[in-house]
Amino acid sequence: MDVLYFAWVRERIGLPKERVETEAATVSDLVAELSAREDRYAAAFADLSALRVALDQELSDFDASLAGVREVAFFPPMTGG
Amino acid sequence: MRIAVQEEEFDLGAEANAFAAGDDANGAIVTFTGVVRDLASGDLDVMEIEHYPGMTERALTKIAEEARQRWSLGDVLVIHRHGRLAPGDRIMMVATAAPHRKDAFEAAEYLMDYLKSRAPFWKKEITSGGAEWVAAKDEDEDALTRW
Repeated sequence: MDVLYFAWVRERIGLPKERVETEAATVSDLVAELSAREDRYAAAFADLSALRVALDQELSDFDASLAGVREVAFFPPMTGG
Repeated sequence: MRIAVQEEEFDLGAEANAFAAGDDANGAIVTFTGVVRDLASGDLDVMEIEHYPGMTERALTKIAEEARQRWSLGDVLVIHRHGRLAPGDRIMMVATAAPHRKDAFEAAEYLMDYLKSRAPFWKKEITSGGAEWVAAKDEDEDALTRW
């Protein structure tokens, strides 16, 4: 699946988008998998209450299933307007 | 209904004039314009706005459609810019047209409240001292509970 990062999550991880091959069942599982990779991921995902997640461009939550999902995006709370 | 996510400037007068023009069922048109505010210190150089192409348009369309379900509206317009803006630049506008003003005002407020915390935009303030992401405010999230 494609994993996208925005705002400070993108800066902390150091890339806007990557292709991830994963068997993760839920968003939380994917976060645990990414966090175990390298410190920069662990730092970005250290406080999940400061993060939001979208699955296939719809806001979702960390308990959500990844079944059939093609695009996951992580970002801080939005500040538009 | 028109949703536009764009880097370029928009012409507020032209947009307001063209909006819902020719539909005389609307007795009320409300427009709101968001402008880049300088910091209290007065040293904001650039406001950089990042967004999530694709999701942004979807989220804004969903918010506008929800507004049309809740209020009797003749038309809705949302324009939101991204990229590098300077203090005083227009960031975004919403316009609502309705037979009566209450619907137009309420729907415009609803659009703004939802757009602030449900449309994927992120602001970064750049000054000579560095760059900082704008933190979301609890009151913006709280504002949604009134709807």
